[in-house]
Amino acid sequence: MVFGRSKRGDRPAPAEPVTLKILVAGGFGVGKTTLVGAVSEIRPLRTEEVLTEASRPVDSIAGVEAKSTTTVAMDFGRITINDGLVLYLFGTPGQDRFWFLWDELATGALGAVVLADTRRLENSFAAIDYFERRGIPFTVAVNCFDDAERYPVETVREALDLDGGIPVLLCDARQRESARDVLISVVEHAMHTAARAPADR
Amino acid sequence: MTDHWFDDAAGPVVRPYAMTRGRTRSGAEGAQLDLIALVVAEDLGAAEPEPGSAAGGGLPPHQEDKLLADHSLVPEHLDIVALCRRSPLSVADVAAELDLPVGVVRVLIGDLVEAELVRVTRPVPPAELPDESILREVINGLRAL
Repeated sequence: MVFGRSKRGDRPAPAEPVTLKILVAGGFGVGKTTLVGAVSEIRPLRTEEVLTEASRPVDSIAGVEAKSTTTVAMDFGRITINDGLVLYLFGTPGQDRFWFLWDELATGALGAVVLADTRRLENSFAAIDYFERRGIPFTVAVNCFDDAERYPVETVREALDLDGGIPVLLCDARQRESARDVLISVVEHAMHTAARAPADR
Repeated sequence: MTDHWFDDAAGPVVRPYAMTRGRTRSGAEGAQLDLIALVVAEDLGAAEPEPGSAAGGGLPPHQEDKLLADHSLVPEHLDIVALCRRSPLSVADVAAELDLPVGVVRVLIGDLVEAELVRVTRPVPPAELPDESILREVINGLRAL
């Protein structure tokens, strides 16, 4: 495969960096904001979305069809790897009614983190299902809350019915090193997935 | 926008889409700009802002006046141009930096593309992602964090 963007050898200081994004998903209160904040300078990103079909059953717009927007806040982090490479992190909005935002976020994503809490494992099903269907490489990171019981990763893997190739690891989303390792796992997994898949991925 | 007299809880005084004159889609580029697409300021033909002087990379006043005289532009347009003159920024960066909703920023950037004040570079499409050297660079960069 040949990639125009990667031929940077003869351009010592590329004016425009390559940008990549990783999504951080998981149920409400599982530590997405904490994880993004642990490894990057976190900023809130507002999207003033025009209501779409997806949210119509929830947000009644009867009578105000012409202009109807709703504000969604997302976590947004930036990690500058070097002058030519920037990694962006996007915390996906947790509520189901904002699923329509996911498609946009997921397009072109390098990979994803699904944060899980062993006390509420079912809250991560939707995200796992989403990334599996879209063929987006993801790592499941179990955020080890102080008051939650610890389970071995294999138990979590079984409980989530995960494919053997999907990395599962335990993390502490508050710790920079731990959050960083989760991201490294995602990139490594993306790299392996890419190596396994033929060029038509 | 910054010195309005309501507190934050009251919400913005101006509804965000007022500055796009109600438009929720930009005319030109039509296609949705990716959040990590880079916005690059076009060279306006003027000298670079002198180091130290135009703090924050703002536009020189005469240029600002010239651009605003064209009534299709609002001050937020100029903020975007000024930001991106310092270094190319992603659509998400611009929105976070100016504290404007992404949808609004997209429309404004679309206008600026049409006015040839900025251009937008597409991020690497997903089919091209598996470039090992870049991914290794990311991994090494993360390890160094």
